[in-house]
Amino acid sequence: MREEINTGAAQIKAAPNPTLVKLSTFWRKLTSSKSAVVGGILIIAIILIALIGPYFVPYSPSATDTANRLNGPSLAHWLGTDNYGRDIFSRIIDGMSITLYVGFSAVLIGMTVGVFLGIISGYYGGKIDTIIMRFMDILLAFPGILLALAIVAVLGSSLNNVIIAVAVFSVPVFARIVRGSTLSVKKLEYIDAVKALGASDARIIFKHILPNVASPIIVQATLSIATSILSASGLSFLGLGAQPPMPEWGAMLADGRNYMYDAPHVATIPGIAIVIVVLAFNLFGDGLRDALDPKMKN
Amino acid sequence: MFQFIVRRLIQTIPVLIGVTILTFSMVRLIPGDPAQIMAGESASQEQIELTRERLGLNDPLPVQYFDYVSGVVTGDLGNSIRNGRPVADEIKVRIGTTVSLAFYSTLLSVFLGIIFGVFAAVRRGKLSDTLVMIAALFGLSMPNFWLGLILIQYFAIGRDVLFFNTGWFLASGWGTWQQMVLPVITLGTAGAAIIARMTRSSMLEVIDQDYIRTARAKGVKERIVVYRHALKNALIPVVTVVGLQFGALLGGAVITENVFAINGLGRLMVGAINSRDFPIVQSGVLVFAFLFVFVNIMVDVIYRLLNKRIDLN
Repeated sequence: MREEINTGAAQIKAAPNPTLVKLSTFWRKLTSSKSAVVGGILIIAIILIALIGPYFVPYSPSATDTANRLNGPSLAHWLGTDNYGRDIFSRIIDGMSITLYVGFSAVLIGMTVGVFLGIISGYYGGKIDTIIMRFMDILLAFPGILLALAIVAVLGSSLNNVIIAVAVFSVPVFARIVRGSTLSVKKLEYIDAVKALGASDARIIFKHILPNVASPIIVQATLSIATSILSASGLSFLGLGAQPPMPEWGAMLADGRNYMYDAPHVATIPGIAIVIVVLAFNLFGDGLRDALDPKMKN
Repeated sequence: MFQFIVRRLIQTIPVLIGVTILTFSMVRLIPGDPAQIMAGESASQEQIELTRERLGLNDPLPVQYFDYVSGVVTGDLGNSIRNGRPVADEIKVRIGTTVSLAFYSTLLSVFLGIIFGVFAAVRRGKLSDTLVMIAALFGLSMPNFWLGLILIQYFAIGRDVLFFNTGWFLASGWGTWQQMVLPVITLGTAGAAIIARMTRSSMLEVIDQDYIRTARAKGVKERIVVYRHALKNALIPVVTVVGLQFGALLGGAVITENVFAINGLGRLMVGAINSRDFPIVQSGVLVFAFLFVFVNIMVDVIYRLLNKRIDLN
């Protein structure tokens, strides 16, 4: 939560020496980091399962079977059945793409807006900077998932509104990181040189500043996917996101909590699925940070 | 120090104004007639008109905002749609619970985080370091509602192990220690993981510095080098993280309170969102934000105190 819990922002400082790490060096460092390799392989596997898994599941994720309610794991139902007799394995596989959709789209929106605001703020400075950053301060004054909660309260409970809410919640994090990096890149001589050559602001921002602030953005994006998935599943758990028939893991967990005495697996399994996906992105993000952090380059 | 606190308080005024503008706008951003929304879905036309009058919804927006803020300042937050009671009273009876939940969880996460962080840093590169860091990564990758349900399953419902049952704690409510243990663990674990990672990397940075080498060369005992010399400086960046964590924990409390049926502010708010009791939602968000802002001021003060002591040394 969470942002809710914000895992990465505090540790990522603006790159002190904002030169691009060479691609080959980067790849060597990335593949020599155990956490990056394990996380990367997990992420690829997760994406593949999300894409092709639904075509191979043994049951329809919505097929009910009242004769086999709340069964434990068995050969017929690998991860057991829920309170409607639906096959939990099939629902988990089917829900994988929902989880990824939520994580990727929330971060994509939050990142785009945050990077835009951060670059404008850092590049132009002055009044624009003050206004944007004060606004970010205000957004940051809402602790954890509270801001997301307030947004869902206004927009109404649905999965897409949760994505918007979680995205808004990550905007200030990106804006702050990018502003810091932009400030340090802006001071470099070559920016003055391009300016003297008559390059437009837009050209300088897109061609010269954006590539140089890319590293911290990529690291933060990876870690933000992890926190966004956690926050979004939390909101769905509270009943404010994906609505019941949908095999969204947070909602499945919330369903299962009513059967904790008789069939604890109904709530336990979606939680394990969330842990695996979030862990994969956190591992990869940690590895990326080590590979992209110029401080550790040599 | 007094001057510093006053300056810090003054600096937060724009943020607080911004927060009130946002919570003020909330109700107006919801599609539909704000008077209808604030009066509730089952309100009669007459009640809606009364609400419109009472909330001054016919006044120009700046006047409405001014009225709202003076209400907030004097503690008049309107009435709940569901039961008609003053929102301020509903919040007052619950805020202590939420703050104590977040407070104990912060204590737990600081305690565990620093212990494990130092432990891992001192054993850098060894198996025990790797294991602690893997555990920390799991800690921050776990949804706390899941952890809560697992804890309930094993330590409230319980399992028979040899001659005893592990159902030592209670799964709902807040007050007795049997009720408090599981929610505090649930809420504190992610924070402990984050603080452990932060403490470890901060310790590793400090431990390579010259004054530590000097202390070792002088023949100071390793234990004293670690705890007296290194940890003291390593903790400074950790303090900032603790402040941020307290905020995350306030947010996380919303979920934890729902898992453990704790009658706090978070549970009140989620219930209010579901029943579209907007006066409650609006004020709940406001109170959470104010709490967080003031915790951050406190953290800044502590940070400064710590730094000062080091300066004097």
